[in-house]
Amino acid sequence: MIIGIPRALLYHRYHCLWETFFEHLNLQVVVSRETDKAILERGGVCAIDEACLSSKIYLGHVESLLGRCDLVFVPRVSNFGQRDNILCTKFEALPDIVSNTFRHRGIKLLDCNIDGRQSENELSAFMLMRKKLGKKRFQTFYAYMLAKQAEKLEQDSLAREQERRLEEAEGLKLLIVGHSYNVYDKFIGGPILHYLKALGATPIIADRVDRKRALSRAAELTSTMPWLFNRELTGAVQECREKVDGLILLSAFPCGPDSLANEILLRRVSGLPTLNLLVDSQEGAAGIETRLESFIDIIGFRQAAKTAKEASL
Amino acid sequence: MTKKRKVTFPHFGDYCVPIEYLMRQGLDMDYVTPPPMSKRTLELGSKYSPDYVCAPFKIHLGCYIEAIEKGADTLLQTGGVCRLGFYGELHEQILRDLGYQVDFINLAMANYSKPYTFYREFKKINPDLSLPKVSGALLTTIRMVESMDAADDYIRRNIGFEQEEGAFDRLRADFLNSLALVESQKELRYLAGNYMKRFKAIPVLKPKRPLRVGVVGEYYSVMDPFSNHYIEREMAKMGAVVARWMNISNSLFHYPKKEIQARIRGYARYNMGATSMATIERALRFAKKGYDGIIHIKSFGCTPETDAMPVLQNISADYKIPILYFSFDSQTADAGIQTRLEAFYDMMTMRKGAAATG
Repeated sequence: MIIGIPRALLYHRYHCLWETFFEHLNLQVVVSRETDKAILERGGVCAIDEACLSSKIYLGHVESLLGRCDLVFVPRVSNFGQRDNILCTKFEALPDIVSNTFRHRGIKLLDCNIDGRQSENELSAFMLMRKKLGKKRFQTFYAYMLAKQAEKLEQDSLAREQERRLEEAEGLKLLIVGHSYNVYDKFIGGPILHYLKALGATPIIADRVDRKRALSRAAELTSTMPWLFNRELTGAVQECREKVDGLILLSAFPCGPDSLANEILLRRVSGLPTLNLLVDSQEGAAGIETRLESFIDIIGFRQAAKTAKEASL
Repeated sequence: MTKKRKVTFPHFGDYCVPIEYLMRQGLDMDYVTPPPMSKRTLELGSKYSPDYVCAPFKIHLGCYIEAIEKGADTLLQTGGVCRLGFYGELHEQILRDLGYQVDFINLAMANYSKPYTFYREFKKINPDLSLPKVSGALLTTIRMVESMDAADDYIRRNIGFEQEEGAFDRLRADFLNSLALVESQKELRYLAGNYMKRFKAIPVLKPKRPLRVGVVGEYYSVMDPFSNHYIEREMAKMGAVVARWMNISNSLFHYPKKEIQARIRGYARYNMGATSMATIERALRFAKKGYDGIIHIKSFGCTPETDAMPVLQNISADYKIPILYFSFDSQTADAGIQTRLEAFYDMMTMRKGAAATG
């Protein structure tokens, strides 16, 4: 049996967990190719016009998997049980969006439901998938445990690696505040990371800090922000703000949570140069190069002025 | 005794009447009704809001500013399961940055599974609250909302066929004025019964099989006529029965969550968030009942309602029922809406004619 996984949305956060889980169940996994022009265009055709760019890209990836696998893995994730800390409703709706969009195209879903408040946690959701996959209870449990372990190892090493970069990197360090599915997407975040490096700056990715610690620090900036991912990003800003030279808020148009969360950051984080980048499906990264360049110039001027001022005192 | 608070809540259809009752009678605060919404409300709201936030956020901000100008010193914001859950904190921040010195009662701080925490949020502002008084007033408020919703439901179905232009609107304005003066539940019951009789006594001339249009959509925009450019009334005035299930009584007091999920299982297996389930279930019901068309209303970028659209498209295809989709932001112009409504009406009339002769 071949499981298809769209390389979009939550894949960028959970790929290690998902892939390891299916591999230990002896299932073949096909991940769709990196986002390219064709995927973007097809996603735009399949999706509702007003849907966010990230979810359009997702549907393009799902379509590219049709006929190449037996089941397409589309989990529903609502929340992980803590009070507040919900996900955008997009992630609650995803299985039903996909099955309604592709209902005449012979799509078969492998879905699972993570909804902690309705006592459906991640473990029970993964255990329930064994029925559709024809696997034994113990084998499924074992695969989940191994997958969890792999996920933790990967996250820790990414966080450590980034901490080192934060301490050691020369030149400008810029904190990229954006959802993992935007930052790591080839179309949305790819060109931005690439261009920053070309300009000699070091991108620090807010998604790669110790997530637990970041989450606990979010409360320093906001009391009622309901979204888990945005809270983590907010906490990451608190964690890194002393160590970076600027913030880049990266969003996909028209992201619901970011429309409010970024505004709170802009209003409550003072003293750091901040660039608000909104990527949409028409322009993509065009024009962004110029903005990044001038942003870096501005930071340079400011720092030069500051050193000059300090020297004259 | 401390000075009485002057509390305000953004316009939401005509629900300011029961809200005012609750504030005055239950919470012992004065209530400032925001000035009627206008282009200025929208402009003020848009000017100080983030660009691509949903329209209700901007409208609320505009209402707050206009209510503060009118003397309000305490602002009320609810929580919610979508972006609405974060409205309050950002509204407060924006208003503070603008230099307004006001207090905020943000119900997003309360915990939905523990109703007492709502009381706690109000108590922070008014320490003299009395629980029995609040609960008594709350009950009357609920009944008031129910009587308004029942009347509006009847009006939507009949206003398109009134014999005397403006009869329903005049009586409705009377009704709201009288509701604002109500002091007890007994009085309310009498008043509501009396007015319902009078609404039903207004002469209407309905054809045997009138056009029937169902309205579904996002919570705020569908219930607030200013936000949706009075679409329901425009549609009704062309000569149609307009039906809408979504109102405060049905969604807040009598929400049949389990039944809704069971009825739409063939289209959606999971709860897709916020009002999307109710939207889908009602659309399906209108389709099954043979309505001539459905109007879907939302603010631009509303994620849960956007996600319900692929399902609506399938219902439309399966039951051969046309659906007109409206998406509002602060820029939407009246003229375009009118044209689309007229075209939709003509199309429904032609389909009905073709079905009758064919």
